[in-house]
Amino acid sequence: MEYAIVFIALAAIFGFFMAWGIGANDVANAMGTSVGSKAVTIKQAIIIAAVFEFAGAFLAGGEVTSTIRRGMIDAELLAGNPELLVYGMLAALLAAGIWLLVASMAGWPVSTTHTIVGAIVGFAAVGIGIDAVHWEKVGNIVMSWVISPLLAGIVSYGLFTSVQRLILDTDEPLKNAKRYVPIYIFLVGFIVALVTMLKGLTHLGLGFSTLQSYSVAVLVGIVTMLIGVWLISKLRFKPEDDSDFHFANVERVFGVLMIFTACAMAFAHGSNDVANAVGPVAAVVGVAKTGVVEAKSLMPAWILLLGGLGIVIGLMTYGKRVIATVGSGITELTPSRGFAATLAAAAVVVFASGTGLPISTTHTLVGGVLGVGMARGIAALNMKVVRTIFMSWVITLPAGAILAIIFFFTLKGIFS
Amino acid sequence: MSPKSYIFSMFGSSPIRPMQQHMGKVQACSAQLVPFFEAVQAEKWEEAKRIQRHIAEMEEVADQLKRKLRLSLPTGLMMAMSRRDLLQVLTMQDRIANKAKDIAGLMMGRQMRFPEPVGKLMLEFMRRCIDAITQAEIAINELDELLETGFRGREVELVESMVSKLDEIESDTDRLQVVVRDALFALERDLPPVDVMFMYQVVDWTGDLGNLAQRVGSRLEIMLAR
Repeated sequence: MEYAIVFIALAAIFGFFMAWGIGANDVANAMGTSVGSKAVTIKQAIIIAAVFEFAGAFLAGGEVTSTIRRGMIDAELLAGNPELLVYGMLAALLAAGIWLLVASMAGWPVSTTHTIVGAIVGFAAVGIGIDAVHWEKVGNIVMSWVISPLLAGIVSYGLFTSVQRLILDTDEPLKNAKRYVPIYIFLVGFIVALVTMLKGLTHLGLGFSTLQSYSVAVLVGIVTMLIGVWLISKLRFKPEDDSDFHFANVERVFGVLMIFTACAMAFAHGSNDVANAVGPVAAVVGVAKTGVVEAKSLMPAWILLLGGLGIVIGLMTYGKRVIATVGSGITELTPSRGFAATLAAAAVVVFASGTGLPISTTHTLVGGVLGVGMARGIAALNMKVVRTIFMSWVITLPAGAILAIIFFFTLKGIFS
Repeated sequence: MSPKSYIFSMFGSSPIRPMQQHMGKVQACSAQLVPFFEAVQAEKWEEAKRIQRHIAEMEEVADQLKRKLRLSLPTGLMMAMSRRDLLQVLTMQDRIANKAKDIAGLMMGRQMRFPEPVGKLMLEFMRRCIDAITQAEIAINELDELLETGFRGREVELVESMVSKLDEIESDTDRLQVVVRDALFALERDLPPVDVMFMYQVVDWTGDLGNLAQRVGSRLEIMLAR
């Protein structure tokens, strides 16, 4: 293909830009509940995010990447002129990256997922033709945007209620915290490992039977639990801390649990949102190298690395500052609530990743927080902010689409 | 660029700590009535004047806390407790401080010394009313624990038992109020009528302290029952 090197280089640059945007903006939100509850320090949060975002993208990001890459567009229509897909995906990346940057600067809450989906659907519908879009698939994705926060809310409500029953509302909350928190830690490891084993690893060419998957997941769960038990045993409890607020020591046990849910959240975010940057790059590289629109091709490792690196650099350069504002603020979010909201969101996001649905991590996490709020667990939630977060996708979709259409025709004009 | 996390900005500031601070101030303010009353009875007017000023100052501080808390509770918050109930508890708390200030102000202004044995009974009555306020403060101090447990179970039972103890103290104060009135009635013919009128006024207001404390408790109970 003519300009193949140029296309690959552009894809790498735009993809890196987009990944930077995700790291700068989105990751900080995903880590917000963990840092806000003071369970992990800012530095720890950044290390956790760097490691687990990458692990999530690598181990469990395959399904979402292939949805972004070729799930929403009918590849057969493009068989005649594969370069249209290249222009489109480049345009989508650039549009999403710029929109994210603009929104971050203006302080608007935007979702990276909504931006890239809007951009891809936009260029495909206008640039190629209405029929080029798999509307059924896009419809499912949009449905999942409504369902995922609801589901996270229900799960977090259930989790928090179980915490009340088993630990907080008992005669000896501290003793019960030490007894039951390891079980929650087991659950964190188990869920993440299971979904990854069942759905994610097939993209790495590894297939496991259901029995094997469950066994490995149980094993991972037990190992994480043992680490948790060890961390809890290292805690030093001071009875005098409970004189003013009787649950200070109990919350310290939940703090350990929160470290694990923070890891799970970073993993979940990596498994779902890295695809937003990596998927289009993979599509461009695939076409540029072979000259045809392929239905199946393996993801080159360097693209994943590029995405992971972009996110980590975004986090280090800009996201750090966002996280710092969270860490320095006074918040009433204690680890027992933070854990319920975060674990619920992480579980829903990992599950969506396994199903190949690109969803908004931020929206899902907001749903999780609201679930705890419904259980009367949080003193005050600002519903105006919640409304703004949910409504922002109404402008994000067309904004991503319009920008992508403009860039699509510009690129088409330049290269042909 | 303004760094901002949307997840974080959805958390409103909790009214619980300010609520407890306000109640603490109210209790400290009204508890000063006892040394004030003793100073008046001993006709140490300098001392009494000093305490009365102190009461007025603390009432002012409580007032500011109240205003700040009200402003931090806009509509559109999803709260663990009803905003209306919370604001009503706050109003009750604040009225206690106002009442304490009025009592001290009136007694000081008229240099109102109660004749014995009314003075002794009055002091006992006043102490009991302050007990009611202290008990209300103890119950309000459980608000953070109530939030931690999500307003259910054992913690709710604990607060309910605190409120019923508050009710007992309040009925004590009602009984003591009758005793004080009877004692004053027995002496009123020999005292200047205008003075006696205002003494009855102070007895009433002191009784109001106990009633208001009880209403703090019952509002708190309504808050739990949602």
